[in-house]
Amino acid sequence: MSSDNKLKPSERMKIPRQAMPERQAQVRAVSFEEVNLGMAEQIAMREAQRCLGCKEAKCIPGCPVYTNIPGFVQKLAEGDLAASARILLNDNALPGVCGRVCPQEKQCEALCIRGKNAGGPVAIGYLERFVADWARQNQFGGTAPAAPTGKKVAVVGSGPAGLTAAGELAKKGHDVTIFEALHEPGGVLVYGIPQFRLPKDIVKAEVDNLRKMGVKILTNVIIGRSYTIDDLLTDEGFNAVFIANGAGLPLFLGMPGENLKGVYSANEFLTRVNLMRAYQPDSTTPVLRPRKAVVIGGGNTAMDGVRTSRRLGADPATLVYRRSRAEMPARAEEVHHAEQEGIIFQMLTNPLEILADDQGWVRAIRCQKMGLGEKDKSGRPRPVPIPGSEFDIECDVVIEAIGTRANPLLTATTPDLKVNDKGYIQIDADGMTSKKGVFAGGDIVRGSATVILAMGDGKKTAAAIDRYLAAKA
Amino acid sequence: MAYRILESQWLAPEVRRLVVEAPHVVRHCGPGQFVIVRPAADSERIPLTVAQSDRQHQAITLIIQAVGATTRQLCALEAGGTLADVAGPMGHTTEISNVGHAVIVGGGVGTAVIYPQAAALKEKGNYVSAIMGGRSQPYVILEKELAAICDAVYPCTDDGSYGFRGFVTERLRTLIAQAAVPVKLVLCAGPVPMMRAVAELTRPMNIHTIASLNPVMVDGTGMCGGCRVAVNGETKFACVDGPEFDAHQVDFKALSDRLTTYRVQERDVTHRCNLNTMK
Repeated sequence: MSSDNKLKPSERMKIPRQAMPERQAQVRAVSFEEVNLGMAEQIAMREAQRCLGCKEAKCIPGCPVYTNIPGFVQKLAEGDLAASARILLNDNALPGVCGRVCPQEKQCEALCIRGKNAGGPVAIGYLERFVADWARQNQFGGTAPAAPTGKKVAVVGSGPAGLTAAGELAKKGHDVTIFEALHEPGGVLVYGIPQFRLPKDIVKAEVDNLRKMGVKILTNVIIGRSYTIDDLLTDEGFNAVFIANGAGLPLFLGMPGENLKGVYSANEFLTRVNLMRAYQPDSTTPVLRPRKAVVIGGGNTAMDGVRTSRRLGADPATLVYRRSRAEMPARAEEVHHAEQEGIIFQMLTNPLEILADDQGWVRAIRCQKMGLGEKDKSGRPRPVPIPGSEFDIECDVVIEAIGTRANPLLTATTPDLKVNDKGYIQIDADGMTSKKGVFAGGDIVRGSATVILAMGDGKKTAAAIDRYLAAKA
Repeated sequence: MAYRILESQWLAPEVRRLVVEAPHVVRHCGPGQFVIVRPAADSERIPLTVAQSDRQHQAITLIIQAVGATTRQLCALEAGGTLADVAGPMGHTTEISNVGHAVIVGGGVGTAVIYPQAAALKEKGNYVSAIMGGRSQPYVILEKELAAICDAVYPCTDDGSYGFRGFVTERLRTLIAQAAVPVKLVLCAGPVPMMRAVAELTRPMNIHTIASLNPVMVDGTGMCGGCRVAVNGETKFACVDGPEFDAHQVDFKALSDRLTTYRVQERDVTHRCNLNTMK
């Protein structure tokens, strides 16, 4: 078919890791267009040829949804894009999303045998994105569903966990309905992750793929309020329920000044810009356009918040994080991109108080410097305040991105659903809750995590739900 | 899916009543709960209290005052038209028990909030008095409906064109002083200064007072935290912890201040809309 088969391992080893073309930093700092431009076919094939096709591929267990990575990469190396897409879509309902937002450097690519000493890992994320984009552009559908089983499954929430579970269950022939509280499906993929990292049409296309497989999506329905879980299991005739309604309520540090005008949770700021489309120039969505922004936190959400502020005009846009750079949980590529875009990294800095002008608007944030002490429970050096190091950063918008706590909305109206002391739902090894036939996964079980971990839960739990339904029959 | 408008009419100048098909809302909707609506697919999400939930017709009643771009858009809708989105119900239902004498106080379109509460209070066997305020006669809404439920109704107007001349708080003060059955509970909804004044009036009298708050909100499910209010020094989210709180513990000053966050932007948007209509 192609010359690829003839490549010897030594020849593969000689190919350097191919770069991802990016939009210029100065241009994108003021634009919501996607940062990464995607690889050309020849470049993607060349990168794919770097894969040694290990018999016991280490990368696969690194992927929470167990994507057959060497499988799709080698078909791509051979130039057989249809076969590559078939393999990829069979394992992963949202490859266009994963190829863009997964922390590959901590997962599949971290385990790639080519690693540090052999030219760097195969760029699995870039290749996944390439194949997913090819499949979408060529209207290449996913796996055809099996014959209908006559079983109905309700999925609560249309974020990464819910969408993945819905896709897996539909493939098995179950009749799946997703209930979404917002007006648009996608969860964090549409309200949280910005356009410049994950364009909305990618999410829409992957959601449409699920619809083509027969998945029904009902928006504006709040499970726990519109219908209870018991309503779903009785009157509505569902045989099983998968709860994946997400992490929920944003945390605030609890410092003075947090209710001033100009203070946002990252969730609110990002929702206004992403879901409510304030990133579009003609949008009427009210959002404060920061002149000088301070974003608190070190994770992906903080990174999205600070880069979004920059794009809305903040100069400077400053990231305040109480630990050091090495401890930041954000994805490496986002940190790198943020730096290129001129984001100021104010590390080892702890916010103390938000200061107001005489009209109740934010004018500055008071911080103190931190040093690094002994290691704490998380194994990271504990930040310790340096006395007398207080200083103010001038700003008109403060965005807190310090995590979330469990949303009580559903659990409060489902008293027989066991939760832990933090309000997250407890599950057994199969993902089943204390309520028979009711399963849960994603952030409402683990607390704030990543898209791909939620997808892993969705996939694993869907298999358990399928077994449960088969045993019940 | 769009949500059909079954009825639409003016209740007062700039105040519109819409009856909207929303089967998923009526199933468990109780007094005090709200929905989030978007008139069109490119509109804002705004919270609106459910003034009436009708299981038989699978429809809810919304009462809207045209103040901003989105409410103006809603008030322009006719029967037979649709809303792009109706999500809900959201928030907790009002805690209703038999207290003896309960007074409900509505300012302007806030009267729509207290209307379902009046019905629920009456059902529990309370003696229910309603005080409804408006700028002038046409702005006093739902009087007939409330009169049909309540034991006594007291319309008030700022200009004295109808009913009691003066603020609802003045009428409330007299009512409390002269009530044969002592007032044990006050529920209020309306502009922040009104609720604040009610709270200040009843605080020294130690009368349990509940205010229904309507802060800035995006999702309504606790996810954004935009609706946070300080209650007894603690930060609460009006959407999942409220929307009703002990009025004696609410920081009304912070609430009214936060409500002005988008005033300038709102003005720009309304201005733009007006320009578009002129074209």
